Amino acid sequence: MEDKQPIISIRNVSKRFGQVAAVDNVSLNIMPGEFFVLLGPSGCGKTTLLRMIAGFEIPTEGQILIDGQDMAKVPPNKRPVNMVFQSYAVFPHMSVADNVGYGLKIAGVGKAERESRVAEALELVKLDGFGTRKPNQLSGGQRQRVALARSLVMRPKVLLLDEPLSALDAKLRAQMQFELADLQDHVGITFITVTHDQDEALSMAGRIAVMNKGDIAQLATPSDLYEFPANRFVADFVGSVNLFEGRLTLDEPDRAAVDCPGLGKVYLNHGVTGPHGADVWVAIRPEKIYLHVPGAGKAIRGAAEDAPEGHNFARGQIKGMSYLGDITLYDIRLESGAMLRVSRPNLSRRDQEDFTWDDRVSMHWRADSAVVLLN
Amino acid sequence: MIGLGKRTPIAPLEYTRRLWMRAWVGLVLFFLYAPLITLVAFSFNDSRRNIVWRGFTFKYYEKALNNDSLMEALVNSITIAALATAVSVVLGALAAVMLWRFRFPMKAAAEGAMALPIVVPEICMGVAMLVFFAKIGFPTDLPWPFNLGAITIAHITFCFPFVTMVVRSRLASFNREEEEAAKDLGANEWQAFRDVLLPHMKPGLVAGALLAFTLSLDDFVITFFTSGPNTVTFPVKVYSMVRFSVTPEVNAASAMVIALTVILTTITLKMQSRMGTIAQGH
Repeated sequence: MEDKQPIISIRNVSKRFGQVAAVDNVSLNIMPGEFFVLLGPSGCGKTTLLRMIAGFEIPTEGQILIDGQDMAKVPPNKRPVNMVFQSYAVFPHMSVADNVGYGLKIAGVGKAERESRVAEALELVKLDGFGTRKPNQLSGGQRQRVALARSLVMRPKVLLLDEPLSALDAKLRAQMQFELADLQDHVGITFITVTHDQDEALSMAGRIAVMNKGDIAQLATPSDLYEFPANRFVADFVGSVNLFEGRLTLDEPDRAAVDCPGLGKVYLNHGVTGPHGADVWVAIRPEKIYLHVPGAGKAIRGAAEDAPEGHNFARGQIKGMSYLGDITLYDIRLESGAMLRVSRPNLSRRDQEDFTWDDRVSMHWRADSAVVLLN
Repeated sequence: MIGLGKRTPIAPLEYTRRLWMRAWVGLVLFFLYAPLITLVAFSFNDSRRNIVWRGFTFKYYEKALNNDSLMEALVNSITIAALATAVSVVLGALAAVMLWRFRFPMKAAAEGAMALPIVVPEICMGVAMLVFFAKIGFPTDLPWPFNLGAITIAHITFCFPFVTMVVRSRLASFNREEEEAAKDLGANEWQAFRDVLLPHMKPGLVAGALLAFTLSLDDFVITFFTSGPNTVTFPVKVYSMVRFSVTPEVNAASAMVIALTVILTTITLKMQSRMGTIAQGH
């Protein structure tokens, strides 16, 4: 992928509305055929960035290149990209076929070719036979497919999707996540999606850029983003996380230790390469912590600290539980008074009965489970 | 259950089953429609006077249709209304789009100025128009239909703000992403306007046109001040006829105008409801 020319190259782009910088000096390369996701909370500038690629906003500074061409003077209707809008923006007075064929008609494509390409696009989004319907006869999911087909029929170099799934209900959203990823695989067009939904981003993306306050907080693959967050913002925004402030007391190539007032001493089996004695944060995902009845670990394994060899260890009392069906979340008060969240899959139908409010519990996690964050 | 004659108690929101509500609605309908029904009924009255029923006849319709000056006035009125409507719709729609789309200095002032013809008393508008046309020396001796110019211009002045109002409220419900989608698919500014914005505005344009047409057709005060001796419109003519006596001939002519308005309104409402169902797409 490295030797290819990026399909979209964003170079030091800023967009200011008055004094407020919606996008602040962002540089980004997107490769042909990628499924790229811009993820971030509302107001982080992700939609502004997408709209700048589409041409609906003009960058205050910087340069946007699509397929090597500078887009500074190119209006939206002349760019080789197409967009699926958040509201779908299906034309209500046109039939489905007329909606999908609109761009081709404007481009002057002949009727016969237009009809066959419209039929092909509708088949692609599984709407064959819906051509004569009016948008008000369609469900929200179907309307979105019309918007998708309307863009795909133009055979754009890049397809831009602005919060494509936010208006759908949970079941349909999950289904569309797979379908979108499938579709992208099938047509081979570069997709750039904007979303605030981390599940959506993780399930569909090849690479994700997490944005915060107009800046890219981290650019990584979904699993890297989740397992190796670069900073507290990413760790907290993507998935849920337990964060503890601490001081780096040991930092060697193969081990490190952080002294956390809330959690005690946390050992890691790898180096951190941070300044010694620095204030750092320890992040542990709730699902990476094992929960068990005190003494159980000792009885089984004979370990000194009620935890397997090389694991970190903590004790606490269950103060809150929420049963979510597939997993149960436990809020545990540690001996220091700090709270720790642990999730546990309900592997058997009676699992959730093992622990209940006010139970004293032991927890342990592997030495490579915690992530040390410098900022 | 209804067939058994058993009456269920009146539910809290069933106002239509309460006697006082029925009486109220009846009264309102009576005062609304009794004058109109009387007018139309007495147009068939076989009597010179409009007070006692003397039998059924069509002769006053015949008389009205053969009254050249009355017919000329009617043709004048319809011509003015049609011209004023056409220009008002274009002008009003453009003004609405401008106020909706753009931000510019003195926008609030422009909006206020636009609404002025709606709020200024008609009599003042009429006098102002009279003085204005006299001052600029607007020619009064042009051949038909150019002699209607002054009245038509006056009508456009007070009709187009109504069109603007109606179209603007319609524009408020427009999803601007639709316009962006059209441009994204390759449409230029004009194509996006024609293919997306205009179809959305259509119900507003039709409603505005209907409003402008009826406003122009029955305007008396402003027309009275701007019409010359040779440019009599229907309301002005009826007024001059009524000054001598209210004959069934006037009734007949009025009934025909009522019929024309009802037919036009029905057609527009039919068109509106058809477009309405289409426009509910989002």
